[in-house]
Amino acid sequence: MTRRQVMFALPALATLGAAGGFYAMLSGMRSGSFDPRGVPSALIGRSVPGFDLAALPGSNKPGLASRDIIAAAAQRPVLVNFFASWCVPCLVEHPHLMRLAAEGVPVFGINYHSGSQTDPGAVAWLRRHGDPFLRIGIDLTGRVAVDFGVYGVPETYIIDRQGVVRWRMAGPITPEILDEQVRPLLRRLA
Amino acid sequence: MIPELGHFALVLALLLAAAQSILPLVGAARGEVRGALLMATGPTTAIGHAVFVATAFGCLMWSFAVSDFSVENVYQNSHSLKPMLYKITGTWGNHEGSMVLWLLILALCSAAVAAFGQNLPATLKARVLAVLGMVATGFLLFTILTSNPFNRVWPLPENGQDLNPLLQDPGLAFHPPFLYLGYVGTAVAFAFACAALIEGRVDAAWGRWVRPWTLAAWCSLTLGIGLGSWWAYYELGWGGFWFWDPVENASLMPWLLATALLHSAIVVEKREALKVWTILLALLTFSLSLLGTFLVRSGVLNSVHAFANDPERGVFILILLAITVGGSLLLFAWRAPSLEPKGIFSPISREGSLVLNNLLFATACAVVFVGTLYPLFADLMFDAKITVGPPFYNATVFPVFVPLLVAMAVGPLLPWKRADLWAALARLRLAAAIVLAFAVLYIAMVDRRLLPALGFALALWVVLAAGTDLAERIRLGRIPLRESLARARGLPRGAVGGIIAHAAIGICLAGIAGKGIAPERITLMRPGEITTVGPHTLRFDGQRDIIGPNWRGTAGVLTLLRDGEPVAILEPQRRFYPVQRMATTEAAIRTSGIADLYAVIGETSAEGATVVRLHWNPLAPWIWVGTVLMAVGGLVSLTDRRLRVGAPARRRREAAVPAAAE
Repeated sequence: MTRRQVMFALPALATLGAAGGFYAMLSGMRSGSFDPRGVPSALIGRSVPGFDLAALPGSNKPGLASRDIIAAAAQRPVLVNFFASWCVPCLVEHPHLMRLAAEGVPVFGINYHSGSQTDPGAVAWLRRHGDPFLRIGIDLTGRVAVDFGVYGVPETYIIDRQGVVRWRMAGPITPEILDEQVRPLLRRLA
Repeated sequence: MIPELGHFALVLALLLAAAQSILPLVGAARGEVRGALLMATGPTTAIGHAVFVATAFGCLMWSFAVSDFSVENVYQNSHSLKPMLYKITGTWGNHEGSMVLWLLILALCSAAVAAFGQNLPATLKARVLAVLGMVATGFLLFTILTSNPFNRVWPLPENGQDLNPLLQDPGLAFHPPFLYLGYVGTAVAFAFACAALIEGRVDAAWGRWVRPWTLAAWCSLTLGIGLGSWWAYYELGWGGFWFWDPVENASLMPWLLATALLHSAIVVEKREALKVWTILLALLTFSLSLLGTFLVRSGVLNSVHAFANDPERGVFILILLAITVGGSLLLFAWRAPSLEPKGIFSPISREGSLVLNNLLFATACAVVFVGTLYPLFADLMFDAKITVGPPFYNATVFPVFVPLLVAMAVGPLLPWKRADLWAALARLRLAAAIVLAFAVLYIAMVDRRLLPALGFALALWVVLAAGTDLAERIRLGRIPLRESLARARGLPRGAVGGIIAHAAIGICLAGIAGKGIAPERITLMRPGEITTVGPHTLRFDGQRDIIGPNWRGTAGVLTLLRDGEPVAILEPQRRFYPVQRMATTEAAIRTSGIADLYAVIGETSAEGATVVRLHWNPLAPWIWVGTVLMAVGGLVSLTDRRLRVGAPARRRREAAVPAAAE
């Protein structure tokens, strides 16, 4: 076969490979070994990705770096919450974060930005509804959100005493999730 | 009785489609004279197959309209209290029914080729019909064997389980049919590509035949995607218009490739260059349409669009996909190397700019493809769960689109074969000066954020470049105005359509950039409280309960104030559908044509305050105005005389091609 022929066969070969992959997925779905619906974070069971974010201007809280999380987590498990003032579900889960913070659970905030979606109202929002965060990092470039695999805000992670991500919630924390998942896990990891 | 009739019609359609896929092919292999009789079976079987699929579709629609709950599909997806419009649109609001719609559109496409393709060479037409018949046979088998919409249920249920409330919307009447027209329409280009590979001949005439079909499919796909995004905008209540949902991506990928195909087919037609690439694009465009079908219906992807998933069905579609896509690409690997390249051109030329267009569109498509499928394959191969969200796409797709938008202004001004880039740029100097002045003024006086500013500047650039193209073509200002107007009337429709579609991209882009500067406000409001968003002031006047035919809900009353006087009332709703136990939000949108005021209400807290979310979206309506204009540009281009080739006496009938295909 000439090089030209090989090149022309490439699309067919790629398709063959993809079809094999899809077949493996489908048979995995039948046997239960592959579940596309359970989309836990890539990070679960891994350490917190490295980052160093500046403080949210005007918030009077220091910025957030991964070493802050690891240092705090060495004492007791911590929550990391991606939030934005424009997101309604963030407001819905906000009272629960306030309650956890009042109970002494360290809660770290990352103010979410992505591309054109900026969040100028974050400081006013925290002033109005209360600020549960020990430290707040501002993720201006959205790179940290990409590293965490954030799908949207709000998104919350629990990190254990070894600095390993244990739990992830995409979407607001509801009272049920708080009682059935967050609190038991925090107790277990303490 | 009616459902059995529908089932029977489907089986008959299957038999006819099988005949359509074999007999004309054998005839074409025997040659123009000896195989004439066999080739003549192509149009007959194609039209018969379309009639029977239409009968089956009508039977299913009838069962939904009269709420025949003895049909399992109706029982699972309808309810006697549902309004008639949603009973009818519910026909395709589920897996089985949407498959029948898919089959119907495919059958209509092949019937259209049969009816309007008189000027095609007999063997090419026979082969195109045969390929379409093969695709139809596969999907008819799939529908009848694994997703029969006419299955009965016993004992007779008293009432149905209702349709997913998100789908109970006029959007369901238009979004899927247009999208399917687009998806399935690409099957015609696919069939032409396969037929050309079998014949071993691709020439300018082939380019001219394949273009109207691609154009028609592209118009439908554009409208379908636009309608879907508009639907998401007002129904999902998130205030956004595009979410990079895997299924949205599945519709965007064929659109990106169809756009590339549209442009590369011009090169084939005018210059007989890029033949192999165009064939490959035609094959891949339909392959990606099929991939979308597979992803949505097998449950491999997790999305708001996914149908109830069933791996068994998934395996069947996968086999179909492998045969169709794999088969066509094997054919490509076998036959395409013998297609000799022709039509040499220099990198700086109209052809060169179209190659650049193709490269960038293919790159954008590849990026979206990777973002959509990589998480699945990473999960499968490395056991790594990865989510790819909007940040990834925003970071990767925008950089591809910026050079595309800059270059699309220059491309149409370049002559064929060999061009002088500086001469083309010189013609754009007025446009460039205006854009530069706009950008400086905008950043100095309106807003400092760079990305929206870049968006607006590019939008203006694209529109002005389209204007420049038009002005150049009619020699505006260089000859008397009267002569310019006469030239404008005489412009080929293809050129006019292209100018409209290019300007429409700019309009759409302005709307997208407008979303980037859109202020939003989320507050808890008690009745009587006043808030502002953008230039507007609104007062929250409490909530009232409302009851619909199959839902109950709450409407928030927001009064728009101007100088303290009420000028309008917005009533965003939250609805609860008891049968499906599901809640939906209905946004209230007040549009001025230049900006949207968009309001959604959320939960009410224990203290009586309600979450109110307000957006002021400047230029947001332009997103959809631009989308519709793109499709209009496509339609204008479809009426070009060049596409109605054939005997002069037939011209009148040839003109009907685009209308029927659309």
